[in-house]
Amino acid sequence: MMTTDSSGDVRLSGIGKTYGSFTAVHPLDLTVPQGSFFALLGASGCGKTTTLRMIAGLEEPSSGTVHLGDQDVTHLPPYKRPVNTVFQSYALFPHLDIFENVAFGLRRRGIKSVKKQVDEMLELVQLGEQARKKPHQLSGGQQQRVAVARALINHPKVLLLDEPLGALDLKLRRQMQLELKRIQTEVGITFIHVTHDQEEAMTMADTVAVMNAGRVEQLGSPTDLYENPQTTFVANFLGTSNLIEAEVDSKTGGEIVVRAGGGKLLLPEARCSASTTTGGKVLVGVRPEKISLAHADDAGEISEARNRITGKIVDSSFIGVSTQYVVDSPACPGFEVYAQNIDRDPRLVPGAEVVLHWSPAHTFGLDAAQDIDAGVETVEEEAA
Amino acid sequence: MPFVNWLKRHLVVIAGLVTLGYLLLPNVIVTVFSFNKPKGRFNYEWQQFSTDAWKDPCGVADMCGSLSLSLQIAVWATVGATVLGTMIAFALVRYRFRARGAVNSLIFLPMAMPEVVMAASLLTLFLNMGAQLGFWTILIAHIMFCLSFVVTAVKARVMSMDPRLEEAARDLYAGPVQTFVRVTLPIAAPGIAAGALLSFALSFDDFIITNFNAGSTVTFPMFVWGSAQRGTPVQINVIGTAMFLVAVLFVLFSMVVSNRRTRQKA
Repeated sequence: MMTTDSSGDVRLSGIGKTYGSFTAVHPLDLTVPQGSFFALLGASGCGKTTTLRMIAGLEEPSSGTVHLGDQDVTHLPPYKRPVNTVFQSYALFPHLDIFENVAFGLRRRGIKSVKKQVDEMLELVQLGEQARKKPHQLSGGQQQRVAVARALINHPKVLLLDEPLGALDLKLRRQMQLELKRIQTEVGITFIHVTHDQEEAMTMADTVAVMNAGRVEQLGSPTDLYENPQTTFVANFLGTSNLIEAEVDSKTGGEIVVRAGGGKLLLPEARCSASTTTGGKVLVGVRPEKISLAHADDAGEISEARNRITGKIVDSSFIGVSTQYVVDSPACPGFEVYAQNIDRDPRLVPGAEVVLHWSPAHTFGLDAAQDIDAGVETVEEEAA
Repeated sequence: MPFVNWLKRHLVVIAGLVTLGYLLLPNVIVTVFSFNKPKGRFNYEWQQFSTDAWKDPCGVADMCGSLSLSLQIAVWATVGATVLGTMIAFALVRYRFRARGAVNSLIFLPMAMPEVVMAASLLTLFLNMGAQLGFWTILIAHIMFCLSFVVTAVKARVMSMDPRLEEAARDLYAGPVQTFVRVTLPIAAPGIAAGALLSFALSFDDFIITNFNAGSTVTFPMFVWGSAQRGTPVQINVIGTAMFLVAVLFVLFSMVVSNRRTRQKA
């Protein structure tokens, strides 16, 4: 058996940060394995950047320890840690040209012949031609790549990325996501990526930690987080979820029967993160793309084994590949349904009576004692 | 009609040239009169062209001595005010300390206060302390009034500086000293240079404060003032023209350097 190199593991034990009476990060434990692409995902002010800065050494933790492999680096200043950061604003040195920006770390460590390494690194990020330009002469995407090159050239054990794509426009961001993923695979360094963009976290990272109000809400692979959210925050922040307040009716053979809006729904017990008692409350969730939409006239054709809810279309928007419907039902107002545009039913227009149905296996259950709207993106956050 | 259109199109250029002329006319007069050969002791009327004064710029007794003294004072005042002012500016921007607000506003007082008031109170202070008036009292006075200009110039620069740049330097293996020398100082440099240039110019041509606190020492502005009572030697114009030329050459040189740099980069 091969021994895995654990010298690039990042281990945070009970690490926390308080500013006066404000707790930015509640003591948390986190292990990022060597060579993985790890994302810290959360809305602004959730403590993800503070966590990152504590790993970099730019912020002194109020409690807990930071280990890199076997080394305790908790009290090492940033310039003594084998960790480099790509800053949100890139923080390129405006008085130095691109070559000198990239060579900065090597020179500070007393390495004399930097030319070959810098040239190679600039080739890796496809900026060989721009070596003698100043940062302000480059485009945003190019500056971003310089920032990555400047950090990577030092072969850090861990590369920290603080919202590295936040300042780029959508198309460029997509391109840079793939680019960063390619570089990470090529160099095999542990990447820890902080972002508020759930799509970015899911497309790039192997493991995502969703943070909210200074705590890690849930940690797992992107598919795991998306399919099996454990809290309303995760359910709403990663993609969209329809959450229905329901009452537990009975439990039989691994399935929970719940009542909502006069109908009954099935929920696999294994997919319910909350403890349930008969008569108790539970939140039942389903993703919009798992739901099929049928006109009320066709209700008889739906299999009895599927969960179903009746409602009325209040809004529909044609996106191209799909159509997004908003359906009001007694069980839940504003139910969202994404339907692939394979065969469009011309009767499905606002005002139509419909039946929503989905496989019980796609249903998940959450603790009802939570804010049902936690993590729902507001218009303001979208703009930011 | 075509003339009116032409005027409309070039109005900005014409206004610019007229303003430039207004600014430069005194310098032109100084230059022209440095080639004059006055009849009496006063160099106020054009007589005939001569290069006598240029051939013997130190021909007037004590003038070059006072010039050298002024240059020395200006250099030391610039060094003193720039070092102190830069440190004050960094402290005011970077740190939160108790008297910060008070210091922040008091530092501007020398800029706002009438010079003659400041000169008189400084003299009172020096006399009460029993200080010997001369080079040192002049230097102390000059550093004092130059300080506020340096602080203003450097503060603006430091405030607009992204604190992430220093964090990036520390992240890239630069210790505190290296961070300061390699990143902080070069980025603050234009502000520091502006403060230093202002200090030099202010110190070199200061008359009021110097006159109060100089004792028997005579600086160049004091010499010019003193000789203007009895007659103005052409050499004063020579020195003035020479200084103007030095300044112009300085500007041209920095323009050429920055031009060449941008052309190399492109």
